[in-house]
Amino acid sequence: MTVRIVFLGPLRDLAGEDSREVPAPLGWAGLLDAVGPEVAEQLNEQRVNVACAGKVLGDKTALNAQDGDEVALLPPVSGG
Amino acid sequence: MKDIRLLNSPFIPGVLIGPFTNAHPGLGGVCTFVGEVRGEVDVELLELSHYEPLTLPSMEELAEQAIAHFDLMGMLMVHRVGPMHPGEPIVCVSAAAKHRRGAIDAVDFAMDHLKSAAWFWKREKRNGEWHWIEPRADDYADLARWSD
Repeated sequence: MTVRIVFLGPLRDLAGEDSREVPAPLGWAGLLDAVGPEVAEQLNEQRVNVACAGKVLGDKTALNAQDGDEVALLPPVSGG
Repeated sequence: MKDIRLLNSPFIPGVLIGPFTNAHPGLGGVCTFVGEVRGEVDVELLELSHYEPLTLPSMEELAEQAIAHFDLMGMLMVHRVGPMHPGEPIVCVSAAAKHRRGAIDAVDFAMDHLKSAAWFWKREKRNGEWHWIEPRADDYADLARWSD
């Protein structure tokens, strides 16, 4: 019964790891708690997106990840 | 045809463009853009990371938009990921169409979207240290050209 949080781009350096498993279900408040203060501060910025189960959330604060879901933290892209 | 790929090893654009062109008998024009890792002082390595569940599907969607909007016969969109050296091709976009304008504009459109809206993160190694590359204001301005 877990959710996998994936840290992308510069957030990977801030988190100190590629991903982290946390208990399911996972909402916005739980996510902020699970990632530590530095990543949480970034997550609160509008330019950082969150995807759940392969879909980018229109409203990331409505996150509701279930067992087996992957939650990706997406900082601004630096382009192809 | 739509040929969209992420590659984690070096590629030769010509090897892809030949078969892509041949796959569209009756075409009026093919336009191809190849982007390479710029050779800049101090830059030893460029690394592009992506997120598998989003990056390739978003490239597929971008190609579909370009095909519909510019009335293309086909689009090729190939992007490198992983570590690469200056001088290596990083991206290749090719559009086949009945008429040149559609092909040329479609490549411009696809590149502007890849540069500013595709799920890629870049960092470069200078003097043995990695530095993340921040989004550029110019890239957003380029993207805005296509919104009307």
